[in-house]
This record gives sequence, C-alpha cells and structure tokens, in this order.
Amino acid sequence: MSTLKPILIRTLQLVLVLWAVVTILFLMFRLMPGNPLAAYIDPTFTAEQQEALIRQFGLDKSLLQQYFTYLINLLQGELGYSFRYRTPVADRIWLLLPNTLILTFSSLIVAYAFGIFAGAFLAWKRGSRTEAAALPVVLATRAMPEFWLGMVLLAIFSFSLGWFPAGGTRSAGTHYESLWQLYTSANFLSHLALPMLTLAIYSQGLPLLLMRSNMLDVMNEDFVTMARIKGLSPYAVVIRHGARNAMLPVMTSFAISVGYQLQGNVVVETVFSWPGLGRELVSAVSAADYPLAQGAFLMIAVVVIIMNLVADLLYTLLDPRISYA
Amino acid sequence: MPETPAVVPRSGIARFFNSMQLPVGDPFTLAGLIIYGFFFVMAVFAPLIAPYDPIEILYTSDYDLASDLFPGERGHILGTTSLGRDIFSQIVWGARSALLVGLTAAFMVAFIGSVVGLLAGYFGGWVDAVLMRLADIAFGIPFLPFVIVISAFFEPSIWNTVIAMALVLWRDTGRVIRSQVLSLRSRGYVEAARVSGSSDLKIILRHITPNILPLSFLYGSIAIGWAILTEASISFLGFGDPDAISWGFMLQDAFASQALARQAYHWFIPPGLAIILVVSAGFFISRGYEDLLFPKLGR
Repeated sequence: MSTLKPILIRTLQLVLVLWAVVTILFLMFRLMPGNPLAAYIDPTFTAEQQEALIRQFGLDKSLLQQYFTYLINLLQGELGYSFRYRTPVADRIWLLLPNTLILTFSSLIVAYAFGIFAGAFLAWKRGSRTEAAALPVVLATRAMPEFWLGMVLLAIFSFSLGWFPAGGTRSAGTHYESLWQLYTSANFLSHLALPMLTLAIYSQGLPLLLMRSNMLDVMNEDFVTMARIKGLSPYAVVIRHGARNAMLPVMTSFAISVGYQLQGNVVVETVFSWPGLGRELVSAVSAADYPLAQGAFLMIAVVVIIMNLVADLLYTLLDPRISYA
Repeated sequence: MPETPAVVPRSGIARFFNSMQLPVGDPFTLAGLIIYGFFFVMAVFAPLIAPYDPIEILYTSDYDLASDLFPGERGHILGTTSLGRDIFSQIVWGARSALLVGLTAAFMVAFIGSVVGLLAGYFGGWVDAVLMRLADIAFGIPFLPFVIVISAFFEPSIWNTVIAMALVLWRDTGRVIRSQVLSLRSRGYVEAARVSGSSDLKIILRHITPNILPLSFLYGSIAIGWAILTEASISFLGFGDPDAISWGFMLQDAFASQALARQAYHWFIPPGLAIILVVSAGFFISRGYEDLLFPKLGR
C-alpha cells in the first residue's frame, strides 16, 4: 500500500504533464505564422480546391473545436497524414522508431558499461596523476557538440580510413528477408558503429562521474570498513561491497539518459543520415510537413516523460529513504 | 565559504561580485575564468583581431576566388572556406555570437529560475503548487526538438533561439532555488525580520535573495554551456540566424560543403575546439562552485 500510493500519484502527474505537452504542441503548430497548408497546397490549385482542402483538414472550424478533434484523434492513435509522403504519420513513425531505439539503447549500454568501470577505476585511483589527467578529458567530452564529434569520427574512420560507411543503415541495393536478419547483419552493424560510438562517447561522462562520486561516498561507509576489517581481499571490498552499492543510483540515471539521448539523436542522426525519429523531425520541420513534425515531436516527448517517471519510481524503490509523503 | 570577509566592498558592482562568492582559489574555476577572459577579449576586439570580414568573399591578386585554401596559404592562418571566406576571422567573430547567446540565455535562465524558486519557496501553498507543476511540464518537453520547432517557425534569429531555451531551461534552477528558500525561510533572522514587521517583499529582497545568488550563479554558469551547445546544434541543422557568424554555422557550412570528404580538418576542427573550450569553462566554474556550496561533494 505504502509503495502503491506514490506510484499512483506519480502516474496521475504523468497524465497531467502529457496533456499539457500535447496542448502546448497543438498551440505551437496552430498559432505559428503562415498557412499550415502552404506546403500541401499546390500553386495551381483553384480557390475552390483550396477551400475544400481547408474544410477537409478542419481548419475552417474554431480553434477550440480543432483542439477537441485533435485530442480525440490522439486518443485513438490517429496522428494525421504526412503532407510529403501522403501516408499516415503513425505508419511513418513506427517504421523509424526501431532505428532510433536501436541507436539509443546500443550507445547507452556501451556508455554505461564503460562509464561504470572507468568511474570505479578513477575512484580507486583517487588523487593520482591518472585521475588528474582523466577528469578534464571527461568534462571535455560533456562539452563537445555531439554532431561535431560525429563529423570528426566520420572524417577519420569513414572518409580517411574507409573502415566504415558514411551514412544510412545499409548499403544501397541490399535486401533482407526479415527485420531481424537486417538488424543482425554485418552490413547494418557496420553502419551502426560510428553513430553509436559518437553517442556513446558523449554519454559516458554522466555514468562515469556519478559512479566515481558514489564510489567515494560508499567506500567511507561503515559496512565497507567492516568488510575491510574482516580481512576480505581488496577486490572483494571494492567490487562486491563498494561497486555493487555505488551502482544503484547510476542505474537509475539510465532512464533519464534515454530521454536526453533521444534529444541528442536529432543532430547525430542528421550527421549520419540515420533514418530515425530525430532526423525525420528535422526534415519534416524544414519541409513544413507539420503533421509529421508534430507526430515525431510527440513520440519523443512521450518517451522523455515516461522515462522521467521510471527514473523517479526506481529512485523511490531503490532508496527507501526517499518518499513522496 | 571564505573565512573572513576582510574588506566589504562599497560600490554596487563590487558588492555584486562579492555576493556571488566566486571561488577564485579553486584551480578549475580559475582555469574557467581565464578561458572566459580570453574569449571575452576576442569577442570585444573582434574587428581588430580578425584580419578579414568574416563573410566577405575573398579573391586572390589574380582575381581568382580564394577558396579552399589550406592553413598558411596566402597568409590565411586557418585557410579559407569553399566560398573564399577567411576561417580564422570567422572563429574570432564566432566568439561574439557564442558569448552573446551564452550570457543572455544564462541570465534569463538564472533570472526566471530564481524568481520562480523565490515565489514558490517563500509563499508556498497554491503559488508553489502551480509553479512546480509548470516545472514538471517543462521537464516533459524535449528540449532540443522544442528549440528547433520554435526557431524554425519564427524569424530565424538568435533571440528566438535564446527565448526558446530560457522557456524550458529555468526548470532546474527553479526547483533547486525553491528548496533552498524553503530552508532559509525558517531561519532565525528571517523570523526576526518578520516579527519586526518587515514586508514580504523586503524579506525576500534583503534577507533571502542574497543567500541564493551563488546558487543562481552556479546554474547560470551551467546554462551558458547548454545555450552555446544548443545554438550550435540549431545553426548546424540550418535553423540559425543567417546574419550571425557562429561556430555552429561554420560547422554547418563545412558539413554542407563536403569538407569531411576532402579532409579539410582545418575547417571543422577549430570551431569544435572553440565550443569545447567555452563550454568546459562553464563546467569548470560550476565545479568550483559546487565544491564551495556543497563541500561534501567536493572530495
């Protein structure tokens, strides 16, 4: 019961935030300057044809009516039609979502595996020259524009050395029987390598710094001193008693990182022409394909909001001292 | 905290700097301040330092386009772009955009966040409830996509980008300042001021605000970095101010002009390094601040 109530409150808050973001999104796209159909309407259309289109899209109704239609459509999973592709926005988004998720999760898993080890190592090396040299480097990776890192890797490993392809998810003209075959093919993985590495290098700083400072805290706790006094090997003390406990808050931050990463994807996907949600958002905004831009934005927002909730709940579950009383 | 406030500065500006409690003794902070100083001088004296107009298309003495020159060729320190513009001059002028974006965005973030935090923390009740739900909503908005959409829909200008950033980024500052105000509100001297009949406004301005200024400054210095990185991304994606030479614009120009395939490292490495330096400087300063404000973390 006591754990159920905060979950309920948080979930209600999530619904409220979701509704607010959906409303802001509606206002953003409806109140912007210019005709929303400008990209759709051909200059050769007659005035009657234009009128018909405006009626068909419901743009002749009042703002409030449009808003309710929009909400009802969203609840039914209806995201409208893309101006450019003339296909349902939802189809397009489901097509691209796997690419974005594969890129996000693979890079974050690499980043967290590296960050946790390196963070524990730097905590162990506290006060050494290694630490003094490594910390500014880690801070600098946090200060890099992700797309610039992508450009540098692209120039070195793709254009200079030719080890990896320059963009896309697979070579032109290749065909695979199933999605599973595609995603496990060497061709796909070699395309994934550079964007994945870019995002991983950018994201490893957070888990690394968190792990390091948690390790420093944990190593001063009584139970670690106790383990030392018991005469356990340094390995057992550092790994079994220290690292395991220091890792919990780092794992919580994984959920937050997924949300941040989705936003960073926008630029990195553009650099590597990776057909994902972020790149689609950018090209849809540029081409004034508003339904598609709106849908991609909404999808990213939903993942960010859900991940914030997951992080919150994990935090409560893992650390009983935190409560929402 | 500094052990003894030896000299109490008289003038307003000096008092302001004193109230920010800059941890100048910390090597990280000092490094950050020196980097800021360097770029500040570069930005202010850009017309004197830059040998060329950053958007002027240059020609060689025999009337050929001076394009794609390598560093050192014909006296161009970092070479030229595909359109025949001097790269070094663009870097120098880019410092102006970066500092302008960084400082204004940081000021707006720190200001909005502090006001929200002060109001929510001091008055509590429905004011607090409303403002903190607004912060929840701001946390639900994907930051970069939001700035992209706003920058793309309105006139492309640095100010729209800055405003879009401030509309979202105040959330962290607001929450932290609020919790700080909550603990300050029940301190003895605040109680004393209240009992002696000071107005709410006076208590907030005289007794609480001076104590949260260092925190506002900490979050402001983090926001400088975020703002510069975000502006770079926006310019790179092509939604930036077309009249402003920024480091993000340079990277977009290089990317679009196939500088990667031609291995023109001298074109796209320097703007990236400049961004890293300025943004790290903000991180370094905020690190020094954290040590000072939360001594426990500073180990």
